[in-house]
Amino acid sequence: MWAFNPSIPSIKREMPSRYRLEGFECRDCGFRSLPPRQICPRCGSRNLSRVRLPNRGRVLQHTVVHSAPRGYEFYTPYVLALIELEDGTRLFSQLTDVDPEEVTQGMEVEAVLRKVRVGGHGGPVAYGLKFRPVLKR
Amino acid sequence: MMRELYVIGSGLTKIGNLWDKGLRDLAVEAGLAAMEEAGVDSVDAVFVGNMMSGILNAQENLGAYVADYLGLSGVPAFKVEAACASGGAAVVSAAMAIKSGLFDRVLVVGVEKMSDMTATEDVTSALATASEADYELFWGASFVSLNALIMRAYAQRYGLREEDFGWMPILMHKNASDVPYAQLRFPITMESYLSSPKIADPIKLLDSAPMGDGAAAAVLSASERRDGEGVSVALVGFGSATDAMALYTREELVELKGAKLAAKRAMEMAGVTPRDLQVLEVHDAFSVMGYLNLEALGVVEPGKASRLIESGDAERSGSLPVNPEGGLKARGHPVGATGVYQFVEIYRQLAGRAGPAQAGSPELGAAMNVGGTGSNVVVTILRRVS
Amino acid sequence: MKPQRPVGIVGWGAYVPRYRIKEEDLAQAWGRDYRRYASGLMVTEKSVPGLDEDTLTIAYEAAQNAIARAGIDPSELGAVYVGTESKPYAVKPTSTILAEAIGASGATTGADFEFACKAGTEAIQAVTGLVGSGMIKYGLAVGADTSQGAPGDPLEYTASAGGAAFVLGPAEESVAEIVASHSYVTDTPDFWRRAHMKYPSHARAFTGEPAYFHHIMSAAKALMEEMGTTPQDYDFVVFHQPNGKFPRRVGKRLGFTKEQIEPGLITPVIGNTYSGSSLVGLSAVLDVAEPGAKILVVSFGSGAGSDAFHIEVRDRIVEVRDRAPRLEVYLRRKVYVDYPYYARSMRMYVMPSDVGAY
Repeated sequence: MWAFNPSIPSIKREMPSRYRLEGFECRDCGFRSLPPRQICPRCGSRNLSRVRLPNRGRVLQHTVVHSAPRGYEFYTPYVLALIELEDGTRLFSQLTDVDPEEVTQGMEVEAVLRKVRVGGHGGPVAYGLKFRPVLKR
Repeated sequence: MMRELYVIGSGLTKIGNLWDKGLRDLAVEAGLAAMEEAGVDSVDAVFVGNMMSGILNAQENLGAYVADYLGLSGVPAFKVEAACASGGAAVVSAAMAIKSGLFDRVLVVGVEKMSDMTATEDVTSALATASEADYELFWGASFVSLNALIMRAYAQRYGLREEDFGWMPILMHKNASDVPYAQLRFPITMESYLSSPKIADPIKLLDSAPMGDGAAAAVLSASERRDGEGVSVALVGFGSATDAMALYTREELVELKGAKLAAKRAMEMAGVTPRDLQVLEVHDAFSVMGYLNLEALGVVEPGKASRLIESGDAERSGSLPVNPEGGLKARGHPVGATGVYQFVEIYRQLAGRAGPAQAGSPELGAAMNVGGTGSNVVVTILRRVS
Repeated sequence: MKPQRPVGIVGWGAYVPRYRIKEEDLAQAWGRDYRRYASGLMVTEKSVPGLDEDTLTIAYEAAQNAIARAGIDPSELGAVYVGTESKPYAVKPTSTILAEAIGASGATTGADFEFACKAGTEAIQAVTGLVGSGMIKYGLAVGADTSQGAPGDPLEYTASAGGAAFVLGPAEESVAEIVASHSYVTDTPDFWRRAHMKYPSHARAFTGEPAYFHHIMSAAKALMEEMGTTPQDYDFVVFHQPNGKFPRRVGKRLGFTKEQIEPGLITPVIGNTYSGSSLVGLSAVLDVAEPGAKILVVSFGSGAGSDAFHIEVRDRIVEVRDRAPRLEVYLRRKVYVDYPYYARSMRMYVMPSDVGAY
């Protein structure tokens, strides 16, 4: 049996990005992404700053997972999506609080903190920001 | 000037759930067959293409492992890994080793033993390590789901319907039906394609290559060796390139930049253009990936790959045969071995030794082997010399 | 009890998951007819946490809503306390995960509180002490739970998921001042859960008079005597609400009217959110209360005890009210699930050992 089990140190290291959408912006070409990096993948610049990305965006593409990799089976069906945030940054996450059939392209979504992966044998819970349809006030 | 490179021998095993054959049995079967066909009992180095032996078989250090069981201990040997392009990467490593002048004759073995981990969820998990672990795999993404995003984007961009994707697996299954070593040897219809279950919308079961075990091998040499008919086959061009690891950091979902670059580099080295290619092996792990490969090779316009397959021009008897042995979908996809299967298949097509899969008498062929969702791509171009 | 410096609620927020299960479906799963219990419980449906929700994720959203209304930077919080009886970790504070996630980690004190259903108001008492003594300027107190009732047990009809959060700070910056409080505790074993047991136990009828009613009435009366107030002085009263019936009954006994009780009585449509119970009710009241309104809040936690609070609403509430979703947004947002999904959410199924953890 083999499953992806995020290690404890990696869970801690990735908290700024997974809990708070901390990423980077290239001061030279403006490209934004997460997690933070040393070198801009677009223009090669090292002039990068850390930024907090916006927590709202829209769905660019999505798919519904029915056969999950080991460790994620309990949560099927779940939705994976490429999301474009309000500032144009793209990221990848799950959608939650939505029926898979109701997801539409361009749907407006907002970030919410949810469980992503529970470690086996009393292992740690890895949380992360997923996206749900914006609440109708 | 740089040395010439020739393929002087090949070998491959059947592909499937080969319960009786482990990692070493497969590697030895293919490796010995290749050396026998080459008429040699020694090589200067061994490169082993494999992706997941550590996870699936608790075995790393495959260079030493395969050399040992092939009776070649003492020879320099390394495992080469580039996800599903590990096989192609091993071929390119061998080519570079010979071109450097340090080695004259090198054995390449691609091997993957997937069925020992009997639950497919576990193999799916292991395959997903080719994606970005902390920002794709962490979210429960598998290869299927990542390719599903690409498939939908591609279908939307070019206005394609479900049927347009069915032509690829249909041709693959037709081709594999008479190939003795292929994994899935039964034809499928458009009806069965359309009604096959979705595994990650919109990817269906019949869009996806199966999991299986297998090994393929080739002997590369700086010296030409003509066969009984006076034919030899040269590796005239190779190229590889990387692209962004994670889909979300790519500029375009529907373009394989890495594949285009690798193809360009290979064709530049070979001094050929896409129009010169006469037979192709492309990486149809999923139907959409097969189409994107054809477009990256430049043999069809973007969005038009499905038309090529639908038209019949890609059949064995057509103007540009594609995957005459059934491709990843039906010949099979023992992940780290696939690139070497593709390489051997092009070699055999050019040498006129492809058996029932023989697609005319092509003189120039190319294989495209894709790792990850296009993050690591290898292209090799072979030419018949006679 | 009054703090040295005046303390108030600077921001409030609540969260309820979107899934609901109907009482009829809960009863029918065990071959029962809910009509037999309806009048005793006065609850129509209860909230069910989504598969990826837990006390921490509920606390997170309630806290974000409270912080939005407070208008402070989370790094200004000097304390993060979470009261709950369904901690994701038996040992590891939910508070530190919450602090990290909202951007308040670092120079902050944090801990989890347990006092059955009054763990949330316990957290409020502790933060009030820190703010009122001048030790910190702002603090966050949360009451949240994904409560569990044993399958087929009466508590299954009401144990639900939800929570509320309060940023406390100087009264002059608040939307409502916590003028005074009175806490009353005794050792009364009405409801408990021994370590390693999956579900709580309870002493049935004993949870009524000797527990709920005695402690709520004692704390409420003592506070009103200290403040020199009578029920008529209050615009709203919010009680711990294990069902729809008990709060109405204790309210009537104490001399409160339906009009005072109903706005803060949410259990009939979402069930009992345990540590969130009275606090979700308070949140609902703050969503509509006008400046000058007086609110009496009396929580109850089994084991047992009550915290009573005398709260006076200030002008600032109007300005910040709409900076975050009102509770009714979460109440309106609902999708019904069946018992099989509910059982999956409650982790009632024994999964095979090789399925990844859940």
